[in-house]
Amino acid sequence: MDLSVTIGSLTLKNPLIAASGCFGYGVEYADVVDLSSLGAIVSKGLFLKEREGHPAPRIVETPAGMLNAIGLQGIGARRFVDEKLPELRARGATVIVNVCGTTLDEYVEVSRVVSDAEGVAAIELNISCPNIKEGGIQFGCSLHGTFDVVSAVRKATRLPVFPKLTPNVTDVASFARAAEEAGADAVSLVNTFLAMVIDVETRRPKVSNVVGGLSGPAIRPIAVRMVYECRQTVKIPILGMGGIADARDALEFMIAGADAVQIGTANFVDPFIWDKLRAGIEAYMERHQIARLAEIVGSVDTRAQTAGHRGPALQT
Amino acid sequence: MPIDVPAQVVANRRLSDDYNVLTLDAPTIAAAARPGQFVMLKAGVGLDPLLRRPFSVFEVLRDRTTAAIAITILSKRIGPSTRLIYDAEPGRRIDCLGPLGRPFALVQPPSDAWMIAGGVGLAPFATLAEALRARGVKTTLFYGARRAAELFHLDTFRALGVELVLTTEDGSLGERGRIVAPLDRRLAARSPDAPLMLYACGPEGMLAATARTAIRHGRPCQVSVERIMGCGLGGCYSCVIPMRSDDGGTHHARACIAGPVLQGDQIVWD
Repeated sequence: MDLSVTIGSLTLKNPLIAASGCFGYGVEYADVVDLSSLGAIVSKGLFLKEREGHPAPRIVETPAGMLNAIGLQGIGARRFVDEKLPELRARGATVIVNVCGTTLDEYVEVSRVVSDAEGVAAIELNISCPNIKEGGIQFGCSLHGTFDVVSAVRKATRLPVFPKLTPNVTDVASFARAAEEAGADAVSLVNTFLAMVIDVETRRPKVSNVVGGLSGPAIRPIAVRMVYECRQTVKIPILGMGGIADARDALEFMIAGADAVQIGTANFVDPFIWDKLRAGIEAYMERHQIARLAEIVGSVDTRAQTAGHRGPALQT
Repeated sequence: MPIDVPAQVVANRRLSDDYNVLTLDAPTIAAAARPGQFVMLKAGVGLDPLLRRPFSVFEVLRDRTTAAIAITILSKRIGPSTRLIYDAEPGRRIDCLGPLGRPFALVQPPSDAWMIAGGVGLAPFATLAEALRARGVKTTLFYGARRAAELFHLDTFRALGVELVLTTEDGSLGERGRIVAPLDRRLAARSPDAPLMLYACGPEGMLAATARTAIRHGRPCQVSVERIMGCGLGGCYSCVIPMRSDDGGTHHARACIAGPVLQGDQIVWD
């Protein structure tokens, strides 16, 4: 059974990737997960300098989901390269670095720092964090901004570049197209949905930043739709995510058009989820006699349902 | 190395309308847990509530051969997850991840140990008292609550030879008022030459007052902090607490892996 997937020039042993901001720097999980068994891990978002992020409270639970406003606390690209990357390499992890910036120049500079290091497989460009004021989502919410930052980073690195798109726009697919035209090797989607939770007793927002990003199973159907729309629009690979909590969810994203998937919130609930996801995918492949998992990518059958089709479709 | 087990609820003793002690069949975690460490419990099944909640290991239960067989947790019902913990019936299984976090650093005689607990902050001190007793450390528990009915498990601590100093806000048992008042007096009365370690756990206001009192008297104080926690493993950066840095600045430390036990004088209290 072949679970490997290719994202441009990058081949992953399976499509299961730890999502940025949900797996620390990876080393935190070395005791509970064989890091080399994952398709890849995406680091926490990194700027040039260290950032302290927002004060607590930073998260609040919602029905089937959670809202976070961490504020991209991080150790900065250089410390990551010096202090975390060697251990990740020693443990055989495939490392994708999530690159942040408040200006176009900072994105380029961080990308250079990361590119100069040994053992980075790709750059995920964070143009979609909803929790910081400058940079980030300002690029991700403008087609020109998206094009400009992807072009600039594309020129500055030999590594594959995967812009991570925000769902907080009218038409995500047009942003995927802008990224593709600017030379992106793939797109990651979706980041979290901008959201708000208020304590009615105190009339205070439940996170210190007032608003935050919603993740978890609550957002999954919207994320699947967005991946599907992007698949119709661009040819570059898609790393799909948004509320994946079990193997069926991962397969759903792939069938919608994702070449690989990222898991975030579910890893908080179950840090041992990775083996279960892989086993569930293998069981599905066996049941459906699929030799190569990559075959299912974008295989959703959207033809008008005839009477004959309707039976199985209704079973779900 | 933490493990995740579907731990069977062996018993659920409701101590009051809000507090309960849940016994979980988790022998491997029980054997590995050190005083001050915690577990992450998935109180619900399915997606709501979605996340786990952190609970200090309250007691390690042992069989006749002294092998660890189960843990208990002390819970106060304040939200959806703790409501499910309060209502959990024996036989149910609850996913239990642990042990997690940095434990208390244990002192040796001739140092004495004073434990300061507020409300549900009693939780980490039963195992700590047991470990200190095994070392022959003379131990005192300063324990405050709103009223007498919310001072639990006093006999557990008496049986471990722990001296008790109790306060209630309504004066129904022990001294009336907050626990920091008798702590302050006792610290003032103690010879500076007599070594002493303070251990504190409870509401943030009480912890801050305790840490400040300890600083004023020149005593070290280990505090176990409670934060809203997403994962318990350092992955999510939700449970941060502001700490002083070596360079004179401050930084956000993750309570789950830098703590939950931290040095009281290094925390930036509001």
